Amino acid sequence: MDIHEYQAKEILSNFNVQTLDGRLALKTSEAVAAYNELDTDVCVVKAQVHSGARGKAGGIIVCKNDEEVRNASEKLFGTYLKTIQTGEHGKLIEKLYIESGCDIDREIYLAYVMDRAKQRIVIVASAEGGMSIEELAAEKPEAIKKVEIDPAVGLTGFQARELSFALDFPKEVLGRAVQLFMGCYKAMVDLDMNMLEINPLVLTKDQNLVALDAKMSFDDNALFRHPEINELNDNSQKDKREVAASEHDLSYVGLDGDIGCMINGAGLAMATMDMIKYCGGEPANFLDIGGGASPERVGKAFELVLADDNVKAMLVNVYAGINRCDWIAEGLVKIIPTVDLKIPLIVRLSGTNVEEGLKIIKESGLPIILADTLKDAAQKAVDAAKK
Amino acid sequence: MSVLLNKDTKVLVQGITGRIGNFHAEEMIAYGTNVVAGVTPGKGGTKHLDRPVFNTVKEAVDATGAEATIVFVPAVAAADGIMEAADAGIKYAVSITDGIPAHDMMRVKRYMLRYKKEDKMILTGPNCAGTITPGEAMIGIMPGHIYTSGDVGVIGRSGTLGYEAASQMKAEGIGISTSVGIGGDPINGSSHKDILELFNEDDKTKAVMLIGEIGGPQEAEAAEYVKKYMKKPVVAYIAGLTAPKGRRMGHAGAIVSGKGESAAEKVELLKEAGIHIIPNPSEMGSKMKEVIEKHL
Repeated sequence: MDIHEYQAKEILSNFNVQTLDGRLALKTSEAVAAYNELDTDVCVVKAQVHSGARGKAGGIIVCKNDEEVRNASEKLFGTYLKTIQTGEHGKLIEKLYIESGCDIDREIYLAYVMDRAKQRIVIVASAEGGMSIEELAAEKPEAIKKVEIDPAVGLTGFQARELSFALDFPKEVLGRAVQLFMGCYKAMVDLDMNMLEINPLVLTKDQNLVALDAKMSFDDNALFRHPEINELNDNSQKDKREVAASEHDLSYVGLDGDIGCMINGAGLAMATMDMIKYCGGEPANFLDIGGGASPERVGKAFELVLADDNVKAMLVNVYAGINRCDWIAEGLVKIIPTVDLKIPLIVRLSGTNVEEGLKIIKESGLPIILADTLKDAAQKAVDAAKK
Repeated sequence: MSVLLNKDTKVLVQGITGRIGNFHAEEMIAYGTNVVAGVTPGKGGTKHLDRPVFNTVKEAVDATGAEATIVFVPAVAAADGIMEAADAGIKYAVSITDGIPAHDMMRVKRYMLRYKKEDKMILTGPNCAGTITPGEAMIGIMPGHIYTSGDVGVIGRSGTLGYEAASQMKAEGIGISTSVGIGGDPINGSSHKDILELFNEDDKTKAVMLIGEIGGPQEAEAAEYVKKYMKKPVVAYIAGLTAPKGRRMGHAGAIVSGKGESAAEKVELLKEAGIHIIPNPSEMGSKMKEVIEKHL
């Protein structure tokens, strides 16, 4: 789960990381009032959307007076910010963060990531701030410092000091730097983050270390033990179809094609999408109904796929292990008469109780196109969508 | 021979009295797996499915000589269950549970480092369908009847895609020595490479099918191993050619977050290592057949 910058900064400040004074604004009048409240001449109006690279996309505007704050707010509110990370549609700007300015001496890149090869948290940092880490890795890999953290011990003092020196911080800020590195590590572990990025971290002219931006991503599998983090969720930043899916605990990713997919198992779902593409079609979604899917769950998933107006044909592919084909079939024959199905439906069932499942479908008399194999199913779906 | 598991392997079921543990323990026993006992804290001294139940894994190991375990413990406590098995001297553990926090798994992996090499437990999963040596035993939740015994080793991150591979191979008359699910999580017990090493040394395994997917460094690591050390042909399919960057495709670990993590990039790496690539998922069986006929 991702959260907004202003939320991430609030969390960081609880872990001894310094941030600048700022206010959240939900409308232009609030933005102007926020600016007047802040003890600053220069402020930055920042679009709160779940994406990096907001600056380049025009979502971050420096302002010097009331008028500029008003103009910037009016320009941003209610529009969709399109960055290199958001895709075609962009993300809705409903919130702005009005933040004080500061005198920057240097910008630093700092991130804590879960390194899947090392299976540990690794700090990735560079004295060349302001660039994305991808750009850095491509252009100046030698400028990237890495610190691997032993989960049994945590970040040690000497590692934090080494990093501070490696980033060329003046000795006056050593104590503050160590405190910041330790605070970030503690935040990441205590709150089950997958990723914490501060880009840039700035060294100010008056020798402070300040998180100018903050990005956090939390492990969905650990949200059960962090209800306070769960509350930071913002559905306005997500695909509507995905929000509906998550309400039924279904794993769904919306895509741009026209063949709706309902599959059990993430791997088989990806493989089925690949097969559709191979046969000349485009999948409209990824959907894993999971193991042990009841007829009710099948019905919910079916409605969800159909709710996408782009869908011209639908493919159900189930290889039942812990699932049961008869339950899947039962779910389908129950839901279809209630939804006024106007598009062709292709079903392929395999595995546990397949005969019972096929029997239910055949006896229902519903216009379901049956397929034997993965290829047969994908081909029939692609042909049907083209008609 | 086979890897990790055969008909004599003494298997424990952690969580045997729970609904899911009970169901799959029954299936495993019906398949012929040598399930010797169950563990449920607080139910020690009772019997379940005609097997003794113990309070702790240590007691179960002491009393039965169990060597392997399957951990049916909910995500909140699953990491603890795995560490308990490692501490009790279990040699091989399968974790089925989906949804274990990644930080918990980092701690588990760190904890497992404390043992000497010869005492170290092998873990596969979490978030997998388990391991099966067809015709002998299974520690998992897969439908056993779709597998036939033979000489191809299978390694996969996905359960149902593994079933698809098994049934396509069966249709081509190809059997499996052992099929190992390594799971769909970002931090998992064993990697593709770890299992390739086992198959490389296994007399019964003549070829290996590797089923990978988007996200993470494991396929790249496997490619490097194959290039340097693999004595047997490897056939591979990578799922997720159509998956968009930065989106999590069901599995917690199936997300392209950096360079080299997309399906297309992985396919290139595997190809360079001399691995036979399955162009689309309907050709898993036929490609394996072609490679066997040509190389064995």
